[in-house]
Order: sequence, then structure tokens, then C-alpha cells
Amino acid sequence: MSLARIRAAVLALLALAVPSAGAQVLKIGLASEPTAMDPHYHQVTPNDSMTSHIFETLVGQDANLKLVPRLATSWRALDDTTWEFKLREGVKFSNGQPFTAQDVIFSLCRMVNNPQTISGSYATITRKLADVQAPDDHTLIIKTQSPDPLLPASLTRGGMLWNGIVEHGKIVFEQKGQCGVTGAWPTLEDFNTGKSAIGTGPYVLKSYVKGGGIDLARNDAYWGAKPEWAEVKLLPVPGAAPRLAGLLAGDFDLIESPAARDLPRIKSHPGLGYVVTPSTRVVFFQFDVGRDASPQVKAPDGKNPLQDLRVRRAISMAIDRKTIVARIMDGVASPAYQFLPDGMFGALPQPPEMKYDPQAAKQLLAEAGYPDGFDLTLSATNDRYMNDGQVAQAVAQYLSRIGIRTTVDAMTRSIYFPKRAKREFSFAMGGWSSETGEASSFLQYWVTSFAPDDGLGTSNYGRYSNPEFDRVLRQALVTVNDVERDKLQQQAVRLALADLPSIPLHFESTTWAFRKGLTYEGRPDQFTLATSVKSAR
Amino acid sequence: MVLFVLRRLIQSLFVLLAVSIVVFFAVYAVGDPIELLVSPEATPEARAAMIARLGLDLPVWQQYLGFLSRALHGDLGTSFVHGVPAIQLIVQRIPATFELVVVAIALTCLAGIPLGLLAGLHRDRLLGRGILSGSVLGFSVPNFWLGMMLILTFSVWLGWLPASGRGEPVKVMGVGLTLFTAEGWSHLIMPAINLALANIALVLRMTASGVIEAQSQEYVKFARAKGLRPGRIVRRHILRNILIPVVTVIGMEFGSLIAYSTITETVFAWPGMGKLLIDSVYHLDRPVVVAYVMLATLIFVVVNLIVDILYAALDPRVQLVERAA
Repeated sequence: MSLARIRAAVLALLALAVPSAGAQVLKIGLASEPTAMDPHYHQVTPNDSMTSHIFETLVGQDANLKLVPRLATSWRALDDTTWEFKLREGVKFSNGQPFTAQDVIFSLCRMVNNPQTISGSYATITRKLADVQAPDDHTLIIKTQSPDPLLPASLTRGGMLWNGIVEHGKIVFEQKGQCGVTGAWPTLEDFNTGKSAIGTGPYVLKSYVKGGGIDLARNDAYWGAKPEWAEVKLLPVPGAAPRLAGLLAGDFDLIESPAARDLPRIKSHPGLGYVVTPSTRVVFFQFDVGRDASPQVKAPDGKNPLQDLRVRRAISMAIDRKTIVARIMDGVASPAYQFLPDGMFGALPQPPEMKYDPQAAKQLLAEAGYPDGFDLTLSATNDRYMNDGQVAQAVAQYLSRIGIRTTVDAMTRSIYFPKRAKREFSFAMGGWSSETGEASSFLQYWVTSFAPDDGLGTSNYGRYSNPEFDRVLRQALVTVNDVERDKLQQQAVRLALADLPSIPLHFESTTWAFRKGLTYEGRPDQFTLATSVKSAR
Repeated sequence: MVLFVLRRLIQSLFVLLAVSIVVFFAVYAVGDPIELLVSPEATPEARAAMIARLGLDLPVWQQYLGFLSRALHGDLGTSFVHGVPAIQLIVQRIPATFELVVVAIALTCLAGIPLGLLAGLHRDRLLGRGILSGSVLGFSVPNFWLGMMLILTFSVWLGWLPASGRGEPVKVMGVGLTLFTAEGWSHLIMPAINLALANIALVLRMTASGVIEAQSQEYVKFARAKGLRPGRIVRRHILRNILIPVVTVIGMEFGSLIAYSTITETVFAWPGMGKLLIDSVYHLDRPVVVAYVMLATLIFVVVNLIVDILYAALDPRVQLVERAA
């Protein structure tokens, strides 16, 4: 029995009414489970999304990823390496203690002193800091080691903890050392059990059973708008079909990412609503341009044709992005002509469309010396990005049409990513969501020359290297002035698009489905927030 | 008897050792978890520190020996993904799976054996043939599909039962169980039926064929000739004799359901061990996978031992001593 038939059976019953849940309690079906309640453990979307209910950051992001005041009410650069943050007054932790600059310094210290963290997830925030001082309880002076224009953006991650969860003397920020803490640092377990899970957020942790669900209760002392739901229950249901069945059965009020092909039926169901929001995650293909002989490409002349810009352009032109979005992605994506959605910081306002033109592509191939094409293996995941296996098949067919004999090698992510890191691929699918909301995020890891010691080009498996691009991007990374940085990043985007070390395919969208009577404000960062669920009145 | 159990335990240790080698190296061969864990934004130092912390910088045999020596001290490793001891992660999930499987096995016995008896005793009549052909369905209907159909019927359509999750556990002697609340049962009953159905069919068919075979045996004919009541023949003579293979199968199924009821747990979002295994394989969470398979092996070994002891209780011919060689 195929999944499609099961789905058909599920949907045959869609016309039935969805019972409404009890008021005040919101039940959410999650697609992936957060791995811990510790806000400084692992910087991945399910964790950050979950912990942001309990812990708040200094800087927030609105539904368009624009930076907005959260625990900090304002911030400004005093000079290239000094920032002043004004903290919100009158904020209390869920245990009634006031929030002060001491808590911020303590929290930054914890990000440094967290031996359990996955590869220093939150060290991306703290490693650039030189010093943090608090002239008074609600002012913070942060000095960075080098100019860091992304400091406010990076402070949108890493929730603020209450300093009373450990024993300490006077707290001072230090990169090496205990920061004045005398007791034991809290462990991940202390957060999972709720003992140390004391934050300023709109909700408090009531219970967390791994695999069995997370219960949150409203924090009645919350400083901001009072959350509508007194209680929130989140249950991870990784299978899309059971998750949708749960929504239909009334077990859930809202579910994350229903399968794209269920959307038309959800749409026609009188008891359900849904929202599709473009995310910042771009799906793209990276070329192996750094080697004269690449493992998975075979050309008659024995060279690596992917080193030829004309070949890369031909491949980009051969792909019909609009059809892939319409047919394979069922509209839950938008074609990408650059690496960050239009209108975001550093992105081109209106990038030139990458038109589907197989004739011109064939001609370009011929000009490059490959009138009869060559053999290529396209490597892709089959369980990481939306419909990734099918997308890979479609792209391979498009390439075959212009004479590039393409075979697809799709595999599970746990095999794929290690292989890609070993540079076993020639033409490899990738996905990237830009957490900072700036174009530099993609460019610095995927396009900049491989320079691991500077933390740049670490995902540049194709080993593309363009000194001019590097110069512009490195400049952009240390330019604090917003207008100039925007300009530099746009210039870098243009350089990358002219040379195509990677070709963008589409931006994935995120979907939420919910019972009638609710609204959800979808977010490009794919966070599922109980505070964004409202009753429609 | 004591000697028998002792010998079996020693054999079990070797089984565990062999399994640990196979699983450890198999999981090692699958792939490198670092690429899944470490974000590309991490600095090389952070990455190297992470690799060292997880012990992934050592050659595989050293990793294995390290694992073995820690395992002998009762530490099966720390989950790469969750950052907590693997065994704790698994043990937390045991009550959920255990109660699900106990109910499923109870259903299997309560439905499978009587139906099998009926089918075997009346195999030439419509009743027996109906039961036997109906049981084919139990085998052939895929678990996943059946689960979805149950959800559709009882949750979506009729709205009687919740579609996913587990009820609020009540602490019974320190273990959180949902067997004692109506809400718990409302969550439990569908996954239990889903899990039981294939086993009911299996036990039913084994019982039926056993009954059919036993009926033609001399001792049954003799009992009948002696004028024993049919009920007594069935209970004392037929049932006791055919139960041995049935008990074996139920024991094995109990073990495999505890360890690998993955599909049902996934469909019903039941927070048990099966789901944990799948998630851990996906994330290359080696310590959890290895600890899990070790634990599953242990369960099989113990269940088999119990089955052997039950044999002796059921069949006087079986004696728990090794024959002299």
C-alpha cells in the first residue's frame, strides 16, 4: 500500500468537521523535536524556536527577520569595536527576580563555559567579544576584538539566563576563566528538568519528556503582551501523515510543515486553514571548480568542464526553476536568482531572472568545447530538503536535455554530508538558511576562498577562489556602517552571480496548518512560536 | 537448574560481546556524525574540540576498546545529539514501550489462542475456515496502513480516540504508567491493537495447526476412546502439548516488539524506544544505537531464558540440565 493511497484515504475524510480544542490550551504538532531545553546547547532551528518561549534574547527578530528591541531597548555603535546596549527596565524573571546587566554578562559567560555545547554553537556570538562592562544595571558596553557589524544580529540567538542559578561572586566577563562563578555551571540536565530553566520569556517550562512532549505554562509576570494561551502542549510527530491525522482528529490546533501535496486538500477543507511563508533557506548546487580532475565528472577531453564559466552558465540556463517550483514543490517554494530572498539585507533588490533557455545553453556548451556534452553525477540528499530526491531527478533530466549525461546519486543525509565534506562530489546539492538575515551569511561560508583559520569558506567544498570577491566580502564583514555594508554585500552577490561557483535553485517555503478559528504569522526563520498563534476574532 | 541458568548467562555474555563488536563497527562504517552535528559556522578549533570530546579522533579499535571498558563500568556512552547518557535516554522510554507491548501481547494471547482452538477444532466448518482465512488479513495488512486506518476511523471520523501521543503517566512504584487511567487507555488501545494484529494472526494459525495435528495423535484418540469429556481432552491433552511452540513464538515476539515496534510508535507518535532508535540512526547518534542494540540483545537473551524455563513447566519431558556428552 503506497503512501499516496494512505494520504488519499486520509483526505477522503477531510470533509468531516474538526473538533475544536478546549479554550486556552494550545496543542502543537512539531515536525522535529528539540534536543534539549538548554538555550546554549545546539544552535539549530527546533532548539532555538523552542527555547525562545522560555528565554529571551537581547535583540529580537520580527516576522520579516528585521532586528527589533527585545531585552535590549536600543543599541548603537560608539566606534568600530564598541557597542552600547540599553536594557529594558522592569523586566522580571519567571521567579520574580529583576533582569539586569549582571544576567547578561552571566549568560555570555555561560556560553563560553558550557562544555556540553555542540561544537561551540553559541561561541559564534562570544568568541568575537573582547570585554563586556556594565556601567549601571541597565547599560551594557560591549567591546569586540575586531569590527563586528553583525553583533546585534548575532545577539538574536542565545537566551538570557538568571544569574542566581549558580553560586558566584562578582561576575566579570572573561574568555578564559570562571567569570567569578564559584559553584558548578548548570548542565543541560538542569535545564531539561526545569531547575535552571528560569527565563524572562512569555512561557515557563512545565514539563519536558523526551519524545513525549513539552508542556509550557503562561508566565503571568511577562513584561510584554500577555500571551493568549494559558497552556501550550507541543508533541513531536515526525511523520507528515500522522501529524495531519492528528490535526484532523483535533489532537492538535496547529501543525508544522504538512506535506506539500496535501495542501490543495487542506485548502478545500472547511475546518482548516494554512499559511505558506517563504523562508531564507536557499537550495542550490555547488560546482567542484577547484580541481583539474573532479571525481564525478567525465569529459571527452579529460578536463574538468565545470571549471569553465560557460559550462556553469549553461547548466544554470538548462534548469527550468519555475516548473520545478510549480510541479515538484507544489508552489511551496519560490525560484531563486540569488542566495538570499530579494529585499533582505545585502541581497539584490531585483536580481536578473535566470531564464530557462535550453537552446542557448546548448550553444554555450558547444562554445566551451563540449558540443556532445559530458558525463556528470549529481549528488543530493533524499531526506534533508523538501522533495530533494525528486528535485535532483528533475535537474538531471534538464541537464540530459542539453547533452550532459547526468546520473543522480541521492542518499540519506548521514551519508551525504560526510562524503561532501571529503570532497567526493563534483556537482552537489546544498541548502542554507541565513540566520543573520544578511547576504554575507551564505557568501562567507560557501563562496569565499577556503580559509578555515579565519572561519571563512568552511563550506566551500568546490574550492572556488576569487581574490576580488574575497576582498569585497571581507571588507563587508568588518564594515559597521549599514549603508556601506549593504552596498558591499550587494557587490559581492553580483560577483558571485557573475562567476556562478554555485547556482541557486529555489527558496523553500515553510507551511503551517491549523484549525479554523486560528491565525498564524509564519516566519522566514521557520520558528514555530505559540505567541504567533492567535484566535481569529 | 541453577547450573543451566548459569551456563546460559555465560553464553549470553559472549553473545553480547559479539553483538557489541558487530554493531559498533557497523555504525562506525555508516558515516561520520560530525558533519551532521557541527555547523559550518564553527571555527576549526571548536570543531577539533568537538571531535576530541566525542572521541572520534581515535582509531576505531581504540574507540571500541574505550567503549568496552566504559561499558564494563556501566557507562554505555553519552548521546551525541542529546548530550545525556544514552542508557538514560533509552530507560526513560522503556515504560511507554513496555506497557504498549504488554497490552499487545495480552491481546495476542486472549484473542489468538482461543480463536486458534476454535479454528482447529472446527476446521471443516464455516467458523473454522472463516477464522483461518480472516487471519491471512492479519499477516498481509501492512502495519503502517492499518495504523492510519485505525486513526481515520476512530479519531478522525468517529472522534472517539486521540490520534497520537500517550496519556499523562501516573507513578506506580516510581514508574510512570498510563495503564491506570481512562485517558491512558484511550491513547493506548489503538497502537496496542495495531501492534497485536499480526501476532494474533500468527498465534492463531500456530494454535490451529497444532490442534489439527494433535487431534490425529494416538494419545488424543486414546483419551477419546477412554471416554474423556471433549473439554477435558482439549484442555489437558491438546492444549498443553501444542502450547510449547506458541509460548516460544510469543516470547520471541515479546522481545522483538519491545525492541523494534518502530512503525507503530512512529504512526501513533508513541514516545517509546522504537522511535528513539530510528531517530538515532538518522542522526548517526552512535552511542544510542549501540546501547540500544545491546539492550535489545539483553532483552532477547532474558526472554529466551524465561521461555526455556516455561518449557519445563509446560512439558515434563523437558529438563533443564545439560545431557552428559
